[in-house]
Amino acid sequence: MTGALSSLDRPNTYIGRSVSRPNAKRLLAGRGRYVTDLQLPRMLHAAFVRSPYAHANIRSIDASQAAAMTGVHLIATGVDLAKLCKPWVGTLDHFAGMKSSPQLPLAVGKVVWAGQPVVAVVAETRALAEDAAELVAVEFEEIDPVTDVDAARAPGATLINPELGGNVAFHTRIESGKVDEAFRGAAAVVEETLLFGRHTAVTLEPRAIIADYDPSEERLTVHHGTQTPYQFQDIYSRHYGLREARVRVVAPDIGGSFGMKLHVYHEDMAVVGLSMLLGRPVKFVADRLEAFVSDIHARDHRVTARIAVAADGTIRGMEADDVTAIGPYSTYPRTSVVEGNQVVRLIGAPYRFRDYRADLNVVFQNKVQTSQYRAVGHPIACAVTETLVDRAARKLGIDPFEIRRRNIITQDMYPYTSPTGYTFERLSHEACLDKLHALMDYPRLRLEQEALRKQGIHRGIGIAMFVEITNPSPAFYGVGGARISAQDGAIVKITPSGEVHCLISVGEHGQGTETIVGQIVADGLGVDHGAVRVFTGDTDVTPHGGANWACRGAGIGGETALQASRTLKRNILSVAAAILQARPDDLDLRNGEIVDAATGSARLSLGEIARIAYFRSDTLPGGVSPQLTASHHYTPKGFPFAFTNGVQACHVEVDVETGFIKILKVWVVEDCGRIINPMLVEEQVRGGVVQGLGAAFFEECLYSENGQLQNGSLADYLVPMACEMPDIEIAHVETPTQDTELGAKGCGEAGTAAASAAAINAVNDAISPLGASISQIPMTPQRLLRALGHA
Amino acid sequence: MKARAFEYAKATSLQDAFDAFARASGDCCYLAGGQSLIPSLSLRLQAPSLLIDISGIGDMRGVGIVDGMLRIGALTRHAEMLTSPEIARHAPLLRLAAPHVAHPAIRNKGTIGGTIALADPAAEFPAVVLALDAELEIAGPGGRRRTKADGFFKGLYETGLEPGEILTAILVRPFDKRDRCAFDELARRRGDYAIVGAGVQGRFHAEQVEALRIAFLSVGPAPVRARNAESAVRGRTLSPAVIADAQATLHLDLDPAEDAQTSRATRLHLARVLLGRLLGKLAREARNEGGRA
Repeated sequence: MTGALSSLDRPNTYIGRSVSRPNAKRLLAGRGRYVTDLQLPRMLHAAFVRSPYAHANIRSIDASQAAAMTGVHLIATGVDLAKLCKPWVGTLDHFAGMKSSPQLPLAVGKVVWAGQPVVAVVAETRALAEDAAELVAVEFEEIDPVTDVDAARAPGATLINPELGGNVAFHTRIESGKVDEAFRGAAAVVEETLLFGRHTAVTLEPRAIIADYDPSEERLTVHHGTQTPYQFQDIYSRHYGLREARVRVVAPDIGGSFGMKLHVYHEDMAVVGLSMLLGRPVKFVADRLEAFVSDIHARDHRVTARIAVAADGTIRGMEADDVTAIGPYSTYPRTSVVEGNQVVRLIGAPYRFRDYRADLNVVFQNKVQTSQYRAVGHPIACAVTETLVDRAARKLGIDPFEIRRRNIITQDMYPYTSPTGYTFERLSHEACLDKLHALMDYPRLRLEQEALRKQGIHRGIGIAMFVEITNPSPAFYGVGGARISAQDGAIVKITPSGEVHCLISVGEHGQGTETIVGQIVADGLGVDHGAVRVFTGDTDVTPHGGANWACRGAGIGGETALQASRTLKRNILSVAAAILQARPDDLDLRNGEIVDAATGSARLSLGEIARIAYFRSDTLPGGVSPQLTASHHYTPKGFPFAFTNGVQACHVEVDVETGFIKILKVWVVEDCGRIINPMLVEEQVRGGVVQGLGAAFFEECLYSENGQLQNGSLADYLVPMACEMPDIEIAHVETPTQDTELGAKGCGEAGTAAASAAAINAVNDAISPLGASISQIPMTPQRLLRALGHA
Repeated sequence: MKARAFEYAKATSLQDAFDAFARASGDCCYLAGGQSLIPSLSLRLQAPSLLIDISGIGDMRGVGIVDGMLRIGALTRHAEMLTSPEIARHAPLLRLAAPHVAHPAIRNKGTIGGTIALADPAAEFPAVVLALDAELEIAGPGGRRRTKADGFFKGLYETGLEPGEILTAILVRPFDKRDRCAFDELARRRGDYAIVGAGVQGRFHAEQVEALRIAFLSVGPAPVRARNAESAVRGRTLSPAVIADAQATLHLDLDPAEDAQTSRATRLHLARVLLGRLLGKLAREARNEGGRA
């Protein structure tokens, strides 16, 4: 740890303690209240008629039979909702030249992916709405679907959005240093094409929304399972022409989000319009089949990359070409190009070479939209970099740990700006590598591998280093014109008995935000953790903020909470000083008691101060006006991002006859700056690793050539489950950011960032003695067998 | 998705069920454990107008020896295959296969009769009853009949059950001390439908195979016996060469489909690997315990 000690380093601080979640018991007892649980008076239910085709013109819609059914209240088409809803366009200004067509809630004139909602049916129950939806007759005229990234860019290709003049949404090139020279002078060059399957979030709770429009006040309340309620307040207000102050978005309990629940979805926008047309609450909960064809998908990259190394393993340069497939449109309001942009900017990030060139092509497809999902771009960049480094090491006969030690950015180089323009305040690659080496007992594993190999047992060890983007400043979205806040706000107040409420804009959807905010407030004020209640996710109540994306809850939300509590503490001490006829500086608040700062002797309880302030302020000296509510807003102002780093290792056993892989163990050493709650950090890392292993071994949205999703159910789309998951051992290095007093950085994506890269390296380490290699994820038995020459 | 509306009737006896079936107008389904039927209704893949719940019919329950045969009531839950001493003693192949059937929650509700009557080609127990040479006891409005498991599975979800008939019990010749059995499957995740699975049971004379039945799941529209492989091992000791002979015949009996995740060739390859491992296991057991038989 660097920097001077502060109160956060006290031995009895809440910071750094594994405080258990205050909401865990409630959720485990089944007392959680999700959008799905809400039943509002006069509430109706929506179901959607969806396109069976990936690409087709709509010839006609006949809903007369459905409309005649008892209990059906409204049937709306794309044209009906287009009269209310202003279209949205998923582009941002800082992605120069990017293109995407306007979108509306329901298809108008043509459909561009299989599953696109075409007609909305609102009825008294969901079952009835589905019965009626089956009676809506839509006549389609099929158009050639665009489902291949090369065919999409070939001359004469069918255009998904003819008005854009092509199927490429965005192209960019990054060039730094003298790449061609670096390759010319290399002792070895390794080239590889890596394929990354499309997958999706599969949150335990699917997307759910109730829009409740009250025409008497022109007021809209949306109960929404979202990670960004403030963003949606803005969007519903602007696209439906409503006064912002009359739009309330409430995010209650949320069962997982992973970046999936912050994009604009067509059904969600439709539900708002349906409620406005009816003047009644309308509920829509995506079922699992709908989730697969409407939740954003992620990844879907083909990266061809090269690395040039000197004979001693020094990386001289890298070159990459990423072609990534998105849907028919770029998503709104964050676009579908951030992932690719982060891929090409994060390749090579842990290493100190300067010569780098990358191309990115983001290509439209007649498939579900792709966009930001946990660890946006990171797993791709990490896998590209780390497989190339491993292959170069193998070619040169250098150990994987050693080649990395020779290339990492070292402590004497910070602050360090990467060839792609990212500035790292301070990372801890050396410490992380050393710690991992010891944690996994690397030499013993290698000896065991050698011994087992002789018995025909093929084990592999893979490591992968990562750099993660956290605590984003307005440089992330704000500069591109998006109304997405990079700041967060907190209000902390004392109740009349001396307990504490904290209202904060960062939200809770399973990751433990409420817990850490409670710890920080308790610590910042000097009260018992149990005395603090945290409220999140209600735009009528909680302050405006960015909420949850890109790993910002602890680093930005936490600092906000800390500063708000510090302000409130000063206010409390000034009231206490007036009552006690002391100087505020001579007093302190500890464990809910005003104490003499020097001796620690108790003077007055916080409850007594609150009683006097709220009920007997007449007894206070003149001029004392107690302010027992304080607020604070915080935006990152120093470095544009707080980068974190770490390294993972994966140990696998490959059954070379069946292509089945047993994941034996995963180790992670990560550095997220100051750790507020080690248990929650480790839960975040483990959960992230599991999602990364899902991508590496199981999860893939499989499309047919005509754009049909072939495995859109939980029987066919394989999410990682407990039986297949290994023990995940975690260790920490702490390099707090000096940009904040708290010093916390994000940790939510670290696990996902490198898990699949370590897995690929482990499998290749296992099969390389057989002359085989694999460069596609998920690594299914079928693909392994093909790599091994069996099928 | 929500199921379409349907009527529900709870049958108290077989006769009660047949009467309800006869009275029904439109589609009608029998409901036992509901572990396949209810999801299928919720996905609107099926929309019967009437469900006749047969799960309360007493004489479709129970496991025991009747007239020298092990009689397993059709309503016996999958979970009971793991706990019943009679199953463990007289039909250990069912015991071996049961842990591979889905997950505990499903095993606690699903019934053996239900899975056999549904005849999902990826289900374990249909293949197992083929390997066991079991007989199926079927009741219908016209009376009771028995049929061999061989010939019962006719195609994808297609069986020898006539409309209105109910599978009431599975009858298995009790396991003999000369018998050996093995079951395994290759599934991406524990509890998933397998890419390929197989059950084998045979009678041995010391290390020599007298007769052996091999039944595969997930390699065609219905569970299927590998008759050529059975012939290849009959009367022989399971040496590596004999096992290889058996493996080499599989393409004659198995007709696996290509799907989005697995090619036909890969499924055949995996079937060969699996058969090799199962026969290898029987060979090792026979070798180690051969003197006892």
